Order: sequence, then structure tokens, then C-alpha cells
Amino acid sequence: MSGTIFAIASGAGRAGVAVMRVSGPEAGQALAALAGGLPRPRHASLRRLRHRGEVLDEALVLWFPAPHSYTGEDSAELHLHGGPAVIAAVGDALAMLGLRPAEPGEFTRRAFTHGKLDLTAAEGIADLIAAETEAQRRQALRQAGGALALRVRGWVERLTDLLARQEAFIEFEDEDLPEGLDAAVAADVAELRAELAAEIAGAARAEALREGVRIAILGAPNAGKSSLLNALAGREAAIVSPQAGTTRDVVETRMVMAGVPVTLSDTAGLRETDDVIEAEGVRRARAAGAGAEIVLAVFAADAPPDAETRALVEAGALAVVNKCDVVPPMMAGQAVSARSGMGLAQLRAALEDAVRASAGVAMEAGLTRPRHRAALADAVAALDTLENPLPELRAEALRGALAAMGRLTGRVGVEAVLDRVFSEFCIGK
Amino acid sequence: MTQFDVIVVGGGHAGTEAAATAARCGARTLLLTHKAETIGEMSCNPAIGGIGKGHLVREVDALDGIMGRAADAAGIHFKLLNRSKGPAVRGPRAQADRKLYRAAVQALLAETANLTIRAEGAEDLLIEAGRVVGVVGASGTAFRAGAVVITTGTFLRGVIHLGRERTPAGRVGDAPSVGLALALERLGLPMARLKTGTPPRLDGRTIDWAALEAQPGDAEPEPLSWMTARITNPQLHCGITWTTEETHALIRANLQESAVYGGRISGVGPRYCPSIEDKVVRFADKNRHQIFLEPEGLDDPTVYPNGISTSLPESVQRGIIASMPGLSRAVIMRPGYAIEYDHVDPRALRPTLELRDVPGLFLAGQINGTTGYEEAAAQGMMAALNAVQRAAGTEPDRVLARDEAYAGVMIDDLTLQGVSEPYRMLTARSEYRLRLRADNAMLRLTAKGMEWGCVGQVRADAFRGFQAAVSDAIARARAEGATPAQYRAAGAPVNLDGRWRSLLDVLALPAMPVEVAETMFPWLRDLAPRVRAQVECEALYGPYLARQEAELALLRREEALAIPDGVDFAVIAGLSREMQQRLEAARPATLGAASRLAGVTPAAVAALAVHLRRA
Repeated sequence: MSGTIFAIASGAGRAGVAVMRVSGPEAGQALAALAGGLPRPRHASLRRLRHRGEVLDEALVLWFPAPHSYTGEDSAELHLHGGPAVIAAVGDALAMLGLRPAEPGEFTRRAFTHGKLDLTAAEGIADLIAAETEAQRRQALRQAGGALALRVRGWVERLTDLLARQEAFIEFEDEDLPEGLDAAVAADVAELRAELAAEIAGAARAEALREGVRIAILGAPNAGKSSLLNALAGREAAIVSPQAGTTRDVVETRMVMAGVPVTLSDTAGLRETDDVIEAEGVRRARAAGAGAEIVLAVFAADAPPDAETRALVEAGALAVVNKCDVVPPMMAGQAVSARSGMGLAQLRAALEDAVRASAGVAMEAGLTRPRHRAALADAVAALDTLENPLPELRAEALRGALAAMGRLTGRVGVEAVLDRVFSEFCIGK
Repeated sequence: MTQFDVIVVGGGHAGTEAAATAARCGARTLLLTHKAETIGEMSCNPAIGGIGKGHLVREVDALDGIMGRAADAAGIHFKLLNRSKGPAVRGPRAQADRKLYRAAVQALLAETANLTIRAEGAEDLLIEAGRVVGVVGASGTAFRAGAVVITTGTFLRGVIHLGRERTPAGRVGDAPSVGLALALERLGLPMARLKTGTPPRLDGRTIDWAALEAQPGDAEPEPLSWMTARITNPQLHCGITWTTEETHALIRANLQESAVYGGRISGVGPRYCPSIEDKVVRFADKNRHQIFLEPEGLDDPTVYPNGISTSLPESVQRGIIASMPGLSRAVIMRPGYAIEYDHVDPRALRPTLELRDVPGLFLAGQINGTTGYEEAAAQGMMAALNAVQRAAGTEPDRVLARDEAYAGVMIDDLTLQGVSEPYRMLTARSEYRLRLRADNAMLRLTAKGMEWGCVGQVRADAFRGFQAAVSDAIARARAEGATPAQYRAAGAPVNLDGRWRSLLDVLALPAMPVEVAETMFPWLRDLAPRVRAQVECEALYGPYLARQEAELALLRREEALAIPDGVDFAVIAGLSREMQQRLEAARPATLGAASRLAGVTPAAVAALAVHLRRA
């Protein structure tokens, strides 16, 4: 992990402007070679980029000498006209100047190594690199910008403050400390604990956003589930035939709904059967239903509603009545026809609402890593031991919580606590 | 005689403890100090101990040091602080008769074998081949030794500020020793400037005690030393008074006359011991500040008004004193002042308190940026233990870990993090507070001291007896127990879950009244109070201590991974320049120390670990 690296930082594909980022000890030299001299640090200047006498592009260039750059190293940015030919030509020129293409995440890794990002921010950017969809990108951006870091820091601040009060109470018995100092700690801890617990609950949803929302299509055999999947996916993902029991395994297709990645699963029709393979398919169908955030319970308009699918609706599944182009629906639910396309737009809208609701909390910058959740859970567990008549044991609880949070933001040293003690209380006999 | 094993320069609290320790270890020891009669002088407030500080005194005592014994012999007002809180944070403290304290220290030193005391200043260091091999006295005599411990307090470029007056000095009335200061300056050690202050001293005969709230000491004084059977001095009360709006107005009107606020002091003062000017300015919304009036001796009228340290001119100090209840006619015997001084950046020291770049030279006490008698004594003792090794030709390695002693916490903090204000011991500084108690210092340290050779026979015997009694009692409390039904029948409403519980399990429960425990397990009553206290601590803190074990295992593993002296942080792959600089400044001795260094990231520690394992 050394040398000077470059990469397009603005995402793949065609765009109006592509940002080529360069970082490392030779960044300045390379920029000077292409742009004919270094521009003023941190100011955009329009330069003609040349290599071996050839004009490559007319570009905005920026120069960020270390340590005031994203990576903490000497860095440069070239805002190129986005065509693939220009990008390739500039890339070739940089390579010929002895630079190499960056590994995935290498800019971020360097930024982290130079202390430019804390761990939460770095992980947010790792997600950014892998982000497939708009919602994920937005969430990752918020995290990289430190929305999570900011909130964690807020909790750390409050814990530090609480611990400072507790420590002052222990350390300076014969000082003239405010009355009730100790009692106030307990009330504030309860409030903080509730906030952390709520965050943990939300964290599970944030994880769903990273993994995508799962939608399972369940129903009796021959209700037209596979046709529905194909209609929603806009392609022939599942085999469709008039024969009941055609789908024997779970067929999955990934798509984007409401900007959220979604896994749509078609399943075997729900019925009792002696066919061993079909029976396994039914078992898997039920499992897929249990593991999904959203279940579509599909009925056929030309058949009486079966008990198992009805039970799904009662349990909160979204009822869909298919084949409404054949017979008018006799029961409640989204009336559609996978074959004719009737009602599909309404169904899609309903599904998008459900997807948004499922990912809802996660759209806020949430805790997207198990590591975050574990740290918060440890903090809550530590705070749960707070109720104790002895102040030094209450302080242990606060110290434990602060240590757990420190795993996200870096250790909170005793000096930070003492700073708080001495700025808040007049200590000193 | 001019040939010694260890020379200690300075007769304050670090120096006396260092000299006594080296001599107890069997090293031929010389204590060099300006004036023999000020050995053991309490130059600031006349108290030993407190929360954190009392812990340090007990640790010094556990290694058979003299501070605790001297304080017991001189104490005229004892108080166990935090009595209503748990045993881990209780701190014993004694207000001492200043004269008796000096006398006690001098008597303890006089009866110490292997110790020579000479009333002579040190003028220069003897250095051969980069190693310190002795000291040149003011008389020009060369004293040779295998190791030298410098404990000269605030004498490096010390300046006393009283209003607009500035006087170069160490303590009031003592000349700063210029020669030694120059010798240390020649070593090119990293220095920084600190300040501290002291209040005016009052004539107790002119205080209206009847108008003041009296603060008695504990009815049953708790000695600071294990070896003290009983406190024999008569006990005095302290008084409490308060500053008034008039006091504050006077201070505000004269701020420009204060050395600090007039901008004549650049050194950083301690936040936990601010001057009265500081208190009035920084906590402007407080309309009064508490002042303790502490008698300095049984037959000495001097009173130390604790909480009103100041560098305002004497005339203003008179007004301030007169503005407080009970002090309207109080006479100032000596004005308060601020003192500014240089200290050595303690990061230049190894964890043994030996200068990294000057083998044979050890520093202890205020010169390392600490404040307080107790902090000084603990450092003096640790420096001497290592100096004895250096003198004997062994590589010094006597270091107490952070989970073993407050002395270990302090020295680790100093040598690793450095100081930004005078360093004072606080229990908040220890991550193992429940373990490091004043009541178990002997159990933590005396065995180690016996191994090091600084513990005498009497103490060693006392320790063995105590340790055996404690471990027997804890084992018994773990082995004996009852079912919930039995506990309930006896009057302790424990949960009826059918689970048998040992006495140790239930002893600390709120549901277990002491009388019930004593009825069910009558042998508890027969335990010596100090032994029983250990059983109770084990019951109270045991579950917490067990939880810390995993963390401690990691700590010990990382402490075992030494970072070699010559390691070049610049060539370690994956260390940012910032991390390199932080590590270079502190030169941590172990991987554990590196991981505690402020601002060093886990990634940097990982990179360092990889490098060390590879090397």
C-alpha cells in the first residue's frame, strides 16, 4: 500500500464530468507535468492537460498539498469531460508518469491511516464502494459525512459528562459540590439508555437496507405467482406453465424498488402433496415467507381462496387477486392480471410504499454494521448495572458504557473526563 | 567516605523516601541536602493522604516506606474520606503538626542503616562515558556512586511571584541551587514550565474560632501506616469559613496586581488547586467559596487557610482575609505567593524513572511535573528501587503495572503521556479502581517488596500473617453457605430460587443484614476487623473484578511485548507520520504502553504489533 495512486472517483459510466483523483508523494509532480505547473492550493483552476505534446482535455484541476487533503497525502483532482476516451487517455498518461490505479477503497484506507477518518466514517465509505443503488449511496454518504459519527459523538459527550459528575462526587468529597449531583446522574442515564435502545432497534432495519428488502410471493398452486414475478420483474425469470406445481424451488430475482434493493422470490404453491420434491418446495416457500419483510399472498380470481393463503393475509400479507381479466374478483385485495397487465401499476405503487416503510428507519443514517450494534448493546448492558448504592460501582457502569462507545469513536481517555470535572465544578481547597 | 551505591539529592518527600528505600535495600546511600533541619519539611499544606493520595501513602507503606509512619506520628486531625462510599474509594488523610512531621522523618532516617546524610548542596553531576557516576558537592568534594536520584522539587528556574515582586527561589527562604540546575540544563533535557501557589499563613491566636463552624476529625483515627497501632497525639479541630461578596469585589478590583492575571506568569497551574483569583474569575456565578482553616501544629499558632492560594500583593491579601467571617482581625504571618518553575518532561524517563538518555540518573517528585507529597514519595521510592539495581550492575526493571498500584498508574501516565499541568493522583485515573484500594495495599505489594529487598522483617512477618488470615477467611466464606430457605428463616430475604449460595455470594447483598450473617456464620465476628474488611470487599467487588480478568489478560500480554529502545518508528509499515511523531515523543516501552498513548489509533497499534512480532 504505497506509491501514488489514481482512480475515477465519480462512479462508473457516462457522466457530464468525471473526477480523477490522484494521491501520494508524486501527485504534485504528476499534476505539474499534465497541467503545466501546480495551481494555487485548494483553488479550482481551468487548465489544458497535455501529455507528450498532445492535448488530452480542458479540465478543472485542484491541488491539495498534505496534510490538507481527503487522504492526508499530497492529492490532486482533475475534473475531466466525462467521455470514456478522455478518461482512458488521462489514465494512460498518469500510468506512464509512474502512477498506478488505486485498489478498491485504497483512498479511504489511506485517509484512515493518516487519521483523516474515524472508523465509522471509513466503514461508511467501504459501503459506498459497494453501493449498488441510490438509497444505499445516500445512506453511505450520510455515514461518511459522519451523521452516525456525529450522533455517536453526542452520546459519548453525554456519557463523559455523566461520568465526570460521578467522578467529581467520588473524588472531591470535601469540596463544595452542588447538592443532588449524584441523583441527577441516574435520571439522565435512564434517558440516554432509552435512546441507545431505540437506536439498536432501528439498527436492525438499517441492516435490512444494506442487505435489501425481501419480498416473497406465496399462494395456492396455479394462482399465477410466477407470472406475477415475471410481470413485476419485467423479464422471464420464472418458468410459467398452466400446470399446477410447476415452480418447485424458490426463484429469486433482484431489482430496485423505490430506490431500495429488493429480492423478489417466487415460491412453490402451497398445498399438501405426496411428491417429495414438491413437498420440499412447499417447505422452502413457507421459509421464504417467514424470512421476508413483505409477503404477497396471491389468490386466483377463478378459484376459491385457500385457507393457508388466507391465513397469510390475516398475518399481515398484502392480498393480491390475480387473473382478474378472466373473472371479476370475489374477494378483497389488489385486483391484477399478470397476463394483461391490469392493476400492475397500482400493485407496484403499493409494493413501493411497503418497501419504503420497511427501509424507512434505515433511510436515516443508521447503524449499518453489526459492530455498531454490538457496541451500543454493550453500552446499554453496562448502563443496566447502574442502579447501585455505591458511587464507585455506578462509575464502573458509566465507564463500561463509555468504553463500549469508544470502540466506535476511539477511546475516551480520563483526561476528557477530568477536563469536564474541572471546567464544571470549582474544585480546589 | 565519598564512595556510595546510590546518591539522593534533595531532602523533601521524594528524597527522603528515596534515601530510606535505597538504604533498606542494603545500598550504601548518601542523602545530600542544603539544610539538614528542613529534611521532611511540609512546604505547602500540612496534610498527608486523601482520596488517591491516601492510596499512594498506603502503597509506600506496603513497601515499608516512611511516609505513613511519619504522618501517624505527627497527625493531629485524622479523617477517612469517602467513609459513606465503598471501600475502594475511601482515602485516609492526616493533618500533621509540621514540626512533629519533620522530626518523625528525621528520626526514621536516623535509625536507617546504610544511610549517610550530609548537609551540602549538589553543584554538579559527575558524568563518565555518558553515564552519571556521582555528584560534586558545594564543598567541591566528589561523591561517587553507581546511580544518582535527583529530587530537587521546584528549584529549576524557580521564580516566586508576590504581586508585582519577583524573587528567584526554591521555597521561601531557600536559595535555588544554581550549579546543579546548570548541570541538568547541559544535559539538554526537554523542559516545560508550571506554576503552583500557596495561601497566606494566619496567626491562629487572632482567629475568632467561636464564630466559625468547627470540623472535628474522626473519633477513631484511622492510621496511615499498617505498622501504627494507635494514634497518640491530641487531636485538633479545623475550622471552616467562606469568602464573601466583599472578598470577590476586592479580588476583581485588584486582578491586574495578581501575577497570573497581570500576565507575568506563563506556567500552567493545577486545575484542581486554582488560586482564589482563578476561582472568582472562572466561577463568577458562585457567591462564596469554602475555606478550611487547618492548624499547622499543636504548639504552633500558624494556620493554613486551605482554598485561598493567591499571588496578589500582601496588602490585598490582608483585605481578602479580613473580609471573611471569623478572620476580621486575623494577622497574616506570611503572605501567599505563586511559584513558577521548570520541570523535566517526564516522557524523557523510562518507566523505571531513569533518564532514557542518561544512564544512572533518576528523577523523582516535582521535577517530573507532579504535585503533592504523596506523589513525590511514591516516585522517590520507585526511583530508588531501580537506582539500587543500576548501582548493582543490573538492568533496572522494577515497574508496577497499572492494575497493581496507583504508583504504577502515576508513573505510567507520567512517562507515557507527559503532563500538561502539575500531576495529582486521583482515583479516576485508574481503570482498575476497585482493585487498587487503600485497604489492600499490602496484599498487592508487600510480597513484591520482599522480593525486591525493601521490606524489613517485622513488616514481612505482619504481611504473611495477614495474607494467610485473609485467604483462609475468603476460602471459608466461599465454602460455607446456605439454601434460600435457610437464609429466609434466619431473616435474610434472598430470592427463593432453590440455589445454594455461599456466604461470599450473599454477604454484600442489600438483603443480607450484618446481624443475620453474623448469626448464621458466627466466626465472622471473630475475624480481625482488617481481615473481615477484605472478605467484605471480595464479596462486594469480586463479580466486577472477575469481569475485568479478560481485559487484564490482554493488558498483561501487551505489557509483555517490549518495544526495543532503538526501534525506528519511521520505518514501520502502515504508521502515519502523525502516529510516528506521537510514538517518537513518548517512546513507549511496551506494546501495552503504546496502546494507551493518547491519540494513537488501534490501527497504529496493530501495525506496531505486526512489526514487533516480525522483528
